[in-house]
Amino acid sequence: MPQLDPTTFVPQLFWLMVTFVLLYLVMWKIAIPRIGDVLQDRQKRIDSDLEKAEELKKEAQSVREAYEKLVTDGSNKAQETIRAAREKVAADALAQHASLTEKITVQTSEAENRISAAKNQALADIRTVAVEATQLAASKLIDQKISEREVEAAVSKSLDKERRS
Amino acid sequence: MAAEGHSPLAQFEIKTLIPLKLGEIDVSFTNSALFMSLTLIMVTLFLVFSMRQRALVPERWQSMAELAYEFVANLLRDTVGNEGRKYFPFVFSLFMFILFGNMLGMVPYSFTFTSHIIVTFAMAFTVFIGVTILGFVKHGFHFFSFFVPPGVSVVLWPLMIPIELISYLSRPISLSVRLFANLTAGHTMLKVFAGFIISLGVVGGILPFAFVVALTGLELLIAFLQAYVFTILTCFYINDSIHLH
Repeated sequence: MPQLDPTTFVPQLFWLMVTFVLLYLVMWKIAIPRIGDVLQDRQKRIDSDLEKAEELKKEAQSVREAYEKLVTDGSNKAQETIRAAREKVAADALAQHASLTEKITVQTSEAENRISAAKNQALADIRTVAVEATQLAASKLIDQKISEREVEAAVSKSLDKERRS
Repeated sequence: MAAEGHSPLAQFEIKTLIPLKLGEIDVSFTNSALFMSLTLIMVTLFLVFSMRQRALVPERWQSMAELAYEFVANLLRDTVGNEGRKYFPFVFSLFMFILFGNMLGMVPYSFTFTSHIIVTFAMAFTVFIGVTILGFVKHGFHFFSFFVPPGVSVVLWPLMIPIELISYLSRPISLSVRLFANLTAGHTMLKVFAGFIISLGVVGGILPFAFVVALTGLELLIAFLQAYVFTILTCFYINDSIHLH
């Protein structure tokens, strides 16, 4: 096995040391700082972009909130106006209804008074007419003059009976 | 096939490309050193050139480099936490080195330096020594309490402490052998089945050929997986040294 030949050890070790130390120095001094810087810059850039995006998002959020507040306020105000108008209309209608009712009540009672007066008048007239008619009818039928008072009593009696029944 | 010089193990041979001496020490530039250098160059090119635009929105190459970075960074953060940041360059280098070494090894006719026990052991041992020193620096002699599992009665200490000690000391061995054995076995198997294609001819060779295709996919997975396992175990060891238990 060529790997176990000790005469090859020393030159291999020597060149391993030389190449590895050189590689280490190149990595340490040049390659790693370069890559590290680039990665760090990128990370910084990404972080700042994310931060900016976060800020913009917050701004958009506040604008949106303001807009929503505006819309809500407008809506509330409109509702308020509509409600006030509706209440006013309702109140007006109620007032008109009340005045109309009062007017009708007054007119009704007036009419009732008139009717009852007319009725009383009519009843009085009926009595007079009945008395006269009875007197006349009696004089014609039995040819006898019955005194007005007598007739009146009879008619009254009859009418009261009528009214009671 | 061994007679033809195409042993399945021939691919692991170290060939000296440029003989070099540093005093008395043999530091020849071998095929292993060539692929370590290629790994170094490719990782550097990949990570440095893909990031040259430093774009806010990355294109393909840049996003792959970032992916590799974040993969290891997340691994370290999830296992160690924020205290692990200091060790990120080391862990990241380790991951990229092993990953590219394994992946380059998947190229036909190339050499896989992570299939050599001495290389994986050297890396594992470095990690082991590193985390041990880290443990003593962080906790001083209190670090020895790591070998005493919490909630175990004193009676069991004579049994538990040697077990914990052995398991701790065997870490560099298990870490290095896992990587070395996986890579060696995989590449050997690929070579064996590729040899069957030739020896069985056009008709009979279709079956081993299909097997080699499937195995190549599996080996690519293993190449990544072993780099990941080596890295995450390193992270666990660092975590043990920092937080104990």
